[in-house]
Amino acid sequence: MSEANLQSPTGRAWQRFKSNRAGWCSAWFLAGFVLLAALWPALAPYPPDAISDAQFRPPSAAHWFGTDVHGRDLLTRVLYGARISLLVGGVGAGVSLVIGVLWGAVAGYVGGRLDGLMMRIVDVLYALPSIVFVIVLLTALNGILDRSQARGWSGETSRSVQLLGLFVGLGAISWLTMARIVRGEVLSLRTRPFVEASRALGAGHARILWLHILPNVVGIAIVYLALTVPAVVLYESFLSYLGLGIQPPQASLGSLIAEGASQINPIRIYWWVIVFPAATLALALLALNFLGDALRDALDPGSALDQSPAH
Amino acid sequence: MKYLLKRLVLLPPLLLVISFLAFVLVRLAPGGPFDRERKPASPEIERALLARYHLDEPVARQYVRFLAGLVRGDFGASLKYRNHTVSDIIAQGLPVSLTLGMLAFGFSMGLGIPAGFYGALRRGQWREHGVALLTLLAVCVPSFVVGPVLVMLLAVKWSVFPVALWESPLHVVLPTASLGVYFAGKVARLMREGMVQTLRLEFIQTARAKGLSETAVLLRHALRLAVVPVVSYSGPLLADLLTGSFVIENLFQIPGIGVFMVNSSLSRDYPMVVGLVLLYAILLLLLNLIVDLAYHLLDPRVRHE
Repeated sequence: MSEANLQSPTGRAWQRFKSNRAGWCSAWFLAGFVLLAALWPALAPYPPDAISDAQFRPPSAAHWFGTDVHGRDLLTRVLYGARISLLVGGVGAGVSLVIGVLWGAVAGYVGGRLDGLMMRIVDVLYALPSIVFVIVLLTALNGILDRSQARGWSGETSRSVQLLGLFVGLGAISWLTMARIVRGEVLSLRTRPFVEASRALGAGHARILWLHILPNVVGIAIVYLALTVPAVVLYESFLSYLGLGIQPPQASLGSLIAEGASQINPIRIYWWVIVFPAATLALALLALNFLGDALRDALDPGSALDQSPAH
Repeated sequence: MKYLLKRLVLLPPLLLVISFLAFVLVRLAPGGPFDRERKPASPEIERALLARYHLDEPVARQYVRFLAGLVRGDFGASLKYRNHTVSDIIAQGLPVSLTLGMLAFGFSMGLGIPAGFYGALRRGQWREHGVALLTLLAVCVPSFVVGPVLVMLLAVKWSVFPVALWESPLHVVLPTASLGVYFAGKVARLMREGMVQTLRLEFIQTARAKGLSETAVLLRHALRLAVVPVVSYSGPLLADLLTGSFVIENLFQIPGIGVFMVNSSLSRDYPMVVGLVLLYAILLLLLNLIVDLAYHLLDPRVRHE
């Protein structure tokens, strides 16, 4: 037996993760990217919405990504946008994790009628186009905001509320698969000997759920969470592309892409206003997906692709 | 078989619940369908409009009225496009969306399945990594990126394809590709995963030990099982694609129904939203049923359960 086999499951998963070069690089890349996006306000030579006469300047030493229709520095806007996109992706996926794990764990653990009912609800929500749900939620929120602005809320507060709405809305539409996965896992855990032993020893339901069921669900929940983050980032970009997400003058990668796409005309091609935001989004999603794949391979070896070459 | 019958019986109540949910949900959003146009409309006019469409009644009664219409195959009148019924608008746009959706579906399957199949066979070689990277890249560029970039290069710059509209076969190429690339990447990833899993199963070794040629092992035995994840994904995918894509229809000015899903929700065109939600739900539930049927044909293990 090699030393690796003597480690705890977590230790082995960590070893597997570290040996995955693409996943490891993506993790470092994302860490650097988040750091850059977070620190950029302090480093930036231009404020994000400083309008100037230098409209549609191609990339240069002064403006690495060029400037947009209002002469704003595109690099600064892209980094600000990436910050919001990643924030919404992370928190939105977190919301979906909480709802999905709770819903799935309760349904799977209680079983019977309640399980049936809760899973039928998931079925119904699956068949409801998520865009309709999101639009209703966001317009309801905007309605509240309009009224509150009349009452003199500051712009800062209403921006935070809007962001909060996006978190909740995106979380609320992406928990369904998480709930299904967790429920299936809990269903099989419930009848395992160590759970029955705990029950025989007189442990209450809350204790069993908290101490025995949930720790065993963590692995698969993390795996699916890592796959949900890029999906939520993508959905937020889509919403902002539609003009429903982040409102100007703030920007997310999606609204920057929409802005770039609206500048396409046969006379003059401003390629940088669409290529840089799009490439940033693609790069971030690429790293998030690599990371998700690596985590899945590390934590869920049943579905892992074994590293040996083809036979 | 009994299981499938049970699923079929469950369909109508499920659709009823979905329609009710959509019915209530759209009415929860603040504002009404007559807010935007003719802003200074007098309260009398607005009241008359609301009464004309029975929007002044309690929601429960409105819903019963809607169900009564549904029995006659009537989804109601659009509140935004006066003098058009919901059925009219769907009947006009659906064929276009169906065509584009089927083309994009064919595009993603035709590209994704071979790519995933090939990627799984070349394990541990640079070609495997190349295919994996390409498919992952495809999943990272949504249609609202692919579309404008393709238009910028192939339509505006080099004028290979027309910029927009939906007229000749040449008009079809860019929308299909823009819509399909993302899903082709997704299909390829699922296919690769399924193939890798399947090739590890014992019956593949048995088939090889029997002396079957590698081609027969892969195509006759492995492919059949490996395609199952793709098949289960194709249900929701088709339902999505067939009901149109807002981004693509908007970008290329294609007269489908995808734009209505978003625009009607925004303009509180209640009957229109409910009609489209029902259309989507019916498609999704039926397609998922067909997918389950396909499992039975493809995977013998399911049959014995």
